[in-house]
Parts: sequence; structure tokens; C-alpha cells
Amino acid sequence: MAASVLFDAPGPRTRVRHRIYSIVASAAIVAALAFAAWKLYDDGQFEYDLWEAFVTPDYVRALLVDGLVVTVTMAVFAIIGAVIFGFLFGVAKMSDHRWIRWPAWVVVEFFRAMPVLLLMIFVFFMWFISSRAGFLWIDQAGGFFAVVIALTCYNGAVLAEVVRAGVQAVPKGQAEAAYAIGMRKTQVMTIIQLPQAVKVMLPAIISQMVVALKDTSLGYAVAAPGLTKVGQQIYKELHNQVPTAIVVAILYVTLNLLLTWLATWVQRRFVGEKKIDVVKVAAGIDEDRAAR
Amino acid sequence: MSLEAILDNLDEFFKAFGYTLFLFLVTAVASLILGTILVAMRVGPIAVLRVLGSVYVTLVRNTPLVLIFIFFHFAAPIIGINFKWVQVHIGTFDFTSAFATAFVALSLYTACFVCEGLRSGVNAVPMGQAEAARAIGLPFLGVMREVILPQAVRASVPPVASALIAMLKNTSVAGVFFLAEATATMRGLTNDYSSQRIGIFLCFAVGYIVLVEIVSMISLALERRWRIA
Repeated sequence: MAASVLFDAPGPRTRVRHRIYSIVASAAIVAALAFAAWKLYDDGQFEYDLWEAFVTPDYVRALLVDGLVVTVTMAVFAIIGAVIFGFLFGVAKMSDHRWIRWPAWVVVEFFRAMPVLLLMIFVFFMWFISSRAGFLWIDQAGGFFAVVIALTCYNGAVLAEVVRAGVQAVPKGQAEAAYAIGMRKTQVMTIIQLPQAVKVMLPAIISQMVVALKDTSLGYAVAAPGLTKVGQQIYKELHNQVPTAIVVAILYVTLNLLLTWLATWVQRRFVGEKKIDVVKVAAGIDEDRAAR
Repeated sequence: MSLEAILDNLDEFFKAFGYTLFLFLVTAVASLILGTILVAMRVGPIAVLRVLGSVYVTLVRNTPLVLIFIFFHFAAPIIGINFKWVQVHIGTFDFTSAFATAFVALSLYTACFVCEGLRSGVNAVPMGQAEAARAIGLPFLGVMREVILPQAVRASVPPVASALIAMLKNTSVAGVFFLAEATATMRGLTNDYSSQRIGIFLCFAVGYIVLVEIVSMISLALERRWRIA
């Protein structure tokens, strides 16, 4: 901790003080954890009956196959759709023609500033409420489609901004050189700018996948399948709400940490320093707007 | 496309957004406070607290918000944590356990993102600033108050504002869990007037977009005001 903006390197007296603080804080944390564990134990939450489901093959299969696999399927479809949506509208927003740029801007802003849940419920009521059709390995996929379509639109709108930021991150000289050797606008975009932009965008796309994966659980509102739904079925049947919530949370967190780790690895391996801030882009606060 | 569904239920429409706005405001205050505590732990000199802060942020940030709501609605009451004692009535608004649960779940969740935003602000201050401040003999509090914090706060306005905007959109999840805010009301109206669902959807979407724009304009104003030339 020697090199911190906030603190100078501690001297002997400060080190002693910090050590005392550490001991007090550790004691408080241990006490809090022990109290939580005791409380759970006292309520009988550690009884085998409540946890039995998670060592029973049928339930484990339900959690992994009907839960995890379906959730990941939803996220993958949504992110593929979002990447296509994002490229189309991201490029359209950079168009030189006002009649392409403006509608693209309106669509992107609309989907980005609205809660994805509102869109999901609307899509569900509009097209899928009475749908009984199945899809791939999913029965009654109405909720599934509502989730995928809503997440495609929302994440697509975010990725449209990421695409724009990615293209702008490509050094200007690249496009100028391409024009100088006689390439047309479309060629410059597709042959020169986009391929280089994709490299910068990859980590941002992967972290957007974490968002999509987490948001698939919003399907709870439209009875979509997936991990949350399976968890709900388990605790409704066995009344083991606390253990189920813990197990489902662990599954989500593990999956998301793996994706985050992948994003960091891709960033370090292929991209380097340049970074697109997805959080800012998602909220619609980028340099472009701040400067306006 | 007719809008009678909305025009006939204008009071319900505004009341729904009233709940959304109330929830946003109280959650914003709570998550700013909690986020500040978390960031103090994460950048502080005590290793144990640093670890605690980052474990909390990592765990909660990677858990879906719906799951946190499910926990507080269906799991927590079993182990004795419930908000049934909350009974506040202001005008026609009822703030009961649905509101309190949404407030707690959203605050705990949003605090992580606020913490990350504030931390990126602290990290944005160049090391040389602190070294120079110490070199001219400023004491710890002076370094903080005069040099570090003004720059850190300025740099953390955009990411904290994005966290709050995301939270404003996340208030919609409370609608699934028994609070009659905007998304739940849209769902109800869509059920009652299913022929006008497109108009209903657009009205509610515009309501959210207006709120989001207001928050982002406030953030831009702050940013511009605190910007150094």
C-alpha cells in the first residue's frame, strides 16, 4: 500500500494503529459471520432435508440442463442478435445521410433509455402470451422469445454505441490513407475501420454478455424458462427458499466471474490499453454528450 | 392507436411514476451513502476491510437483481428478516413492505456500482498531485480536502450518474414484486385494455425516458459546472 494517492507510506506508529484496526475489524467480521451461521442453524436451515435436492441427480439435472443451459442459450441468442443489431445501427448512426442517421439515433436512444423489463413484458403480451410453441430443447418458448427479443433490442442499442466508440478509437490516419488510395466510403468502413474496431470492442461485447446473462433472470416476470424459473419450481415444491436462493446465486456468480475473467484475458491478450467503458455507454453518458 | 386507456387513467399513470420516482430518490440517497462506505473500505489502509469490500462488490454485482428480490421476498422472511412493520402513508401513497423490500434490495445492489464509480474517480487522480501536496507540507486532511477529493469527486460524476440511471431503470423490477409502480401499472392496463397495448407501452416508455433524461441532464450540468478549463 506504499504507492497510494490517498496515503503516504505508514510510519511505525501508524502501522501499529492499522494493526489494531485490522484486529478489531477481523473480530467484527468473524462475529458477524458466526452470528449469521448460528441464526441459520437455529432456524434449521442447515438441515439435510432442505439441501437434499442439491445432491439428488434429478434436481441437479434440472438445475443444470433446464436451468443453466437454457439461461446460457437465451443469453447467447440475445447477444448474437444484439451484435447484429449493434453493428447495423452503430454504422447507421455514423452515416453521412441525415435520413439514415436520425431514425437510427431515435431507435437506439429509445431502447437504451427504457427499462428492459418494460420492453420484455410488452413483447410478451404483444406476441407470445398465448404461444405454446417449442423451440430447440425448450417447451413453451413464449417467455423465451420475449426475453431474447427484449435483450436483443436493449443490448443491441448499447452495442451500437460500443461500435461507434470502437470505430472512433481507430486512428484517423487509417481512414484517410484508405481514402487516399481510392477506396469508397463503404470499403473504408468494412475493410479498414470495422475490422480494427472489432478488436477494441471484443472485451466490451463480452462484458455486455454478463449483463445479458444477468438480465435473462428478468424472464421471471414473463414465466420464461431458465435458472431462476427452475429455482422457483424447486423452492415451491420443497419450501427450501434459503438454500435454493444460495445455490442459484452461486451458479450465476460463477458463470459471470468466468465471463469477466474471459473479458479481462481478451483485453490483455488482444487489445492492450484502449478500453471502451460499457457502463458509461449504457447510460448514454459518453464524451460526445458531455461535450455538447 | 388510441390513448383512452391512459387518458381515462391519468391519475393512476402519474401515481405509478410517483412510486417509481420515490423509490428512485430514497434508493439513490441510500446507495450513495452505502457506496461511499464501501469505497472507503476498498481504498483504505486496512487490508481486512479492503478484502471484505471487494468480496461484497464482486458477489452482489454478479448476482441478478431479480434473485436479490426473490431472496428478500421469499427467503429472508423464513429466517426472520421482513419489512411488514413498515407502514407509512403519505397522501394517497402507501409505503409498505413491498416498497421497503424493493428499497433494501435496490440499495444493496446499486451500492456496488456506486462504489465502483467512486473508486474509478479516486484512481483517476494522478499520484503526483498527492506527492506535491505532501511535499508542500499539507497535513493528511488538507491533502484530502484541498487536493484529492475535489478531483476525485469531479471524475466520479459520470460513472456514478450512470449507476443511478441504471438503478432508475432497475426500479421496474419492483413492479414484478408487488409494488404498483410504472411497469406493474403498464402490465395492469395492458391486461384491461389489450387493444391499446401499443399506445400504453409507448406512454410508459416515454415516461421512463423523460425521467432518465432529467437525471442525465443533472449529471451533465454538474460535470460542466465542476469542469476545469
